[in-house]
Amino acid sequence: MQAEIVTADMSTVSIAGVTLAADLSGALYWEEQKLLVVSDLHLEKGSSYANRGVLLPPYDTIATLGRLGAVIARHDPRTVIALGDSFHDRDAHERLSPANRDLLAALQMRRDWIWISGNHDPALPPELGGTVAEEVAIGPITFRHEPTGAAGEIAGHLHPKARVSTRGRAVERRCFASDGTRAVMPAFGAYTGGLNIRDAAFARIFQTLGFVAHVLGDRRMHAIAASRCC
Amino acid sequence: MPPRKPVAKPDLLPDHFLRWFAMRGWSPREHQLALLQKARDDRSALLIAPTGAGKTLAGFLPTLAELSGAQGEQSGSKVISTGRSVQRGQGLHTLYISPLKALAVDIARNLETPIADMLLPIKIETRTGDTPVSRRARQRRYPPDILLTTPEQLALLLSSDDAPYLFSSLKRVVLDELHALVTSKRGDLLSLGLARLWKLAPDMRVIGLSATVAEPESLARFLVPQPVGESVSADIVVAGGAAEPVVEMLDTKERLPWAGHSARHALGEIYDLIKANKTTLVFVNTRSQAEMLFQDLWRMNDDGLAIALHHGSLDVAQRRKVEDAMSAGKLRGVVCTSSLDLGVDWGDVDLVVNVGAPKGASRLMQRIGRANHRIDEASRAVLVPANRFEVLECRVAIDAVAENAQDTPPLRTGSLDVLAQHVLGCACGAPFRADDLYDEVRSAAPYAELSRVDFDDTVEFVASGGYALKIYERFARIKQDASGKWRVTNPKVRQMYRMNVGTIVEDTMLKVRLLRGGSGKSKKGVTGALARGGRMLGQIEEYFIEGLVVGDTFVFGGEVVCYESLVEDQVYVSRAHDKDAKVPSYMGGKFPLSTYLAERVRKLLDDERAWKGLPDQVREWLSLQAHVSHVPGTRELMVETFPRADKHYLVCYPFEGRLAHQTLGMLLTRRLERARARPLGFVANEYALAIWGLGDMSHMIRQGRLDLAALFDPDMLGDDLEAWLAESALMKRTFRTCAVISGLIHTRFTGEEKSRRQVLFSTDLIYDVLRKHQPDHVLLRAARADAATGLLDIRRLSDMLTRIQGRIIHRELDRVSPLAVPVMLEIGREAVYGEASDELLAEAAEELVKEAAGFEETES
Repeated sequence: MQAEIVTADMSTVSIAGVTLAADLSGALYWEEQKLLVVSDLHLEKGSSYANRGVLLPPYDTIATLGRLGAVIARHDPRTVIALGDSFHDRDAHERLSPANRDLLAALQMRRDWIWISGNHDPALPPELGGTVAEEVAIGPITFRHEPTGAAGEIAGHLHPKARVSTRGRAVERRCFASDGTRAVMPAFGAYTGGLNIRDAAFARIFQTLGFVAHVLGDRRMHAIAASRCC
Repeated sequence: MPPRKPVAKPDLLPDHFLRWFAMRGWSPREHQLALLQKARDDRSALLIAPTGAGKTLAGFLPTLAELSGAQGEQSGSKVISTGRSVQRGQGLHTLYISPLKALAVDIARNLETPIADMLLPIKIETRTGDTPVSRRARQRRYPPDILLTTPEQLALLLSSDDAPYLFSSLKRVVLDELHALVTSKRGDLLSLGLARLWKLAPDMRVIGLSATVAEPESLARFLVPQPVGESVSADIVVAGGAAEPVVEMLDTKERLPWAGHSARHALGEIYDLIKANKTTLVFVNTRSQAEMLFQDLWRMNDDGLAIALHHGSLDVAQRRKVEDAMSAGKLRGVVCTSSLDLGVDWGDVDLVVNVGAPKGASRLMQRIGRANHRIDEASRAVLVPANRFEVLECRVAIDAVAENAQDTPPLRTGSLDVLAQHVLGCACGAPFRADDLYDEVRSAAPYAELSRVDFDDTVEFVASGGYALKIYERFARIKQDASGKWRVTNPKVRQMYRMNVGTIVEDTMLKVRLLRGGSGKSKKGVTGALARGGRMLGQIEEYFIEGLVVGDTFVFGGEVVCYESLVEDQVYVSRAHDKDAKVPSYMGGKFPLSTYLAERVRKLLDDERAWKGLPDQVREWLSLQAHVSHVPGTRELMVETFPRADKHYLVCYPFEGRLAHQTLGMLLTRRLERARARPLGFVANEYALAIWGLGDMSHMIRQGRLDLAALFDPDMLGDDLEAWLAESALMKRTFRTCAVISGLIHTRFTGEEKSRRQVLFSTDLIYDVLRKHQPDHVLLRAARADAATGLLDIRRLSDMLTRIQGRIIHRELDRVSPLAVPVMLEIGREAVYGEASDELLAEAAEELVKEAAGFEETES
């Protein structure tokens, strides 16, 4: 028997009574609100490293914006929320190439765009377009960058990833972490690593291991109990 | 000059040397004199000699003679200079480079004997990663006459600005175990270092010491600068007179296993061999095999024989202890891996036992050579095949040894990631002009064919990443000055280079510590705090630990241990009381079956008369195969299809080694998927590949819906390969190695940086992005070149696919054939290779559904 119920293009995540779709790309889509949420883009992380002598390929921003463009094209949302750490450092937006700046502007056209501030990008300038906010509340849901564990909260910051191992083989992937009351989103950026959901940081948010990892597979989403991960 | 008495070989050796030889009851060997003659003629030379032939002394005699003679000629005071341009009378005379730092230390000890006996005024020092900073600084200012070191230390010395001062006096370089050095990227690094030395000390001559190789002429190119467009070799001296080794296959009384690598069936017989000999080296192919065998031997060790364990993951102190006990003749047996392939001679080893497949003829001969305590006595070796296919491999390997047929790989083409490291090292030493460096680099044999495009791209990469998008100019590590010379932009670049020099990129290793107080039940959570400390057992690959869950047991350091927790880079384990470990850790040998032995195995199979030399059990097995199916001919590829349980199988026998078979398996499953054969998985061993699926492949072939010629067409190395490489974990590992060696990312940091785990950057992410946006980047080119021969063995696969075109023999069977049994038995025992992460995740997800629905796990 194949477990089609839990492995699909999208996983359904219920938070505080609201049903959202966890997309294979790592974005979250709220159909009724036509709202798309992405977290931790970390744009210009490559050039940030280059500045310190590690000359990573300078294609992370274009790669991230390209994937973001694809998921926006798929859902055509009315509103996009970037859930903080959209830029890797305070000066990162200044290093955007003209082409990437245009690309970003094109994505923002005809829709509301909300930048939630994160610890990497606490002060974003107005010329980036969109609105800057510390947090946003829509219905029972609050969007903020750093998770506090509050009910109805959707946050990012921790870059959750889950590791599953069977018979000596392990697979590790980014994931959404959610217990039905709150959720932590995966990082969307091309160069963003992850923190294992078994780390103590997640225990502080969820208290128990009674949460589910919605794991981004290669072609499908997989809902796996946190206690099954290692 | 002191007067000399005429001797048989006049004046090659000074009198006091001859007296020293006589005092020890020796006379100079022919090859030792030959090397002295080469030195006299001012020629570089390659000495090919078996272990125990006095190879190292031969390599040093010219140096010792020259240095002892030099004393008479220059009775004046030594000129010690700290200025760079002042020529000194003396200074560093000879540089000795070996692949192992332990070897450098041992050689220093061995050379002390003649130097002390003859009162030679020669100063010898070693320089390795362990040498204290103060002594390293002193060595650069007041160099010894002879410096013993490693390729990495040479690179470091060359990157300092006083390298011209240090090396201008150099007369001689001695390269030990050259056959081993040249097969890896360390050889590339060494070759570039030599190219530099030829520039700094044009009179320098090189002596290479090597075991027997397949192409000595080609190896000898390594020792002399290659002129543009020409190929020149150093002179070759071959030491003769080694007694023929006596090699046998264990004539087991037990039933020969169909599959597996543990040779457990022959344990008692191996034990008896150890018991019957003074000192036995028992070689196995992997660390985990060594662990298992060692444990099994101790379990039956009623006589309390001193049997020890030696492999590369054990703690250095532990290994040293075993080596010392060995030298002191205190051990009856040592179970070891290739960690003892090289190194000092072990005196009294009288038997080598090789458990499992020999993999290559030359490799086997070098191992057998370890039992050679006197060159004129025959080495003795016993091969213990662990399964029936290995019997064939052992048989042909014994024949190859008898014919002295060598199968060492050809000289490498220098890789671009190592070149990048070298280019940065050169800039750290002194500013360089690209044209000059390009010429210099091509004097190194592995880089003789280097194209200007590759060179320029590498320099660009070192400078600012070599990206098509030119936005990193302001972050450049090296820049061209007004005169066109490339120079380092800031001192931090030098520091990072020095910390990260070298080409040995190991899988991230974790320290394994044994918790005190037996098997304490693990605390909740993987990263929970645990009492620190505990005895260090050794190191283990991170990827192995990642596959474990808390409570899993595995064999390490000679005992079964239980995985308790991972805290930063420390793995905590407790002593488990289980007899068998739950998680087998056989990862396959590092070295695939050599093409040469594979060819001989195919020939042996093809020649029914030659089966006479095989054990009865194996002969019967092959006869049965001939009866029910077909025994593959030398040039054929045999493919069998058959049903079993509710699945359908396709088994083929390319005999190209597991790495090439794994790649083939990946590519064939893609094609079978497109052909709607619904493949589910595959497993590969050294000889065969088995693929299974839901589609009836026999039926499909019969109906013409599956064309075997098309399935095995070499065009799979085009788009299919490209598509697979995009997501291949092995390719990503290959890329990571290149990224680290080339200096794109660093694995070692200065103290001010954050802890290693925080800074370590996932190269998989870089690979994905780079591959998509600049597929022809120089690092991806380097990784592809590695993939051809490394973990993916694509070149060999390509040769095979070309060879078997039009020669595919298909047998449709109603059940598994005798020849297919070994590979079929690997199913479930070996990790089923595949990149099917979704399947694994889905399996875990399914458990959640079952749990939710209140199901019980019914299977196993």
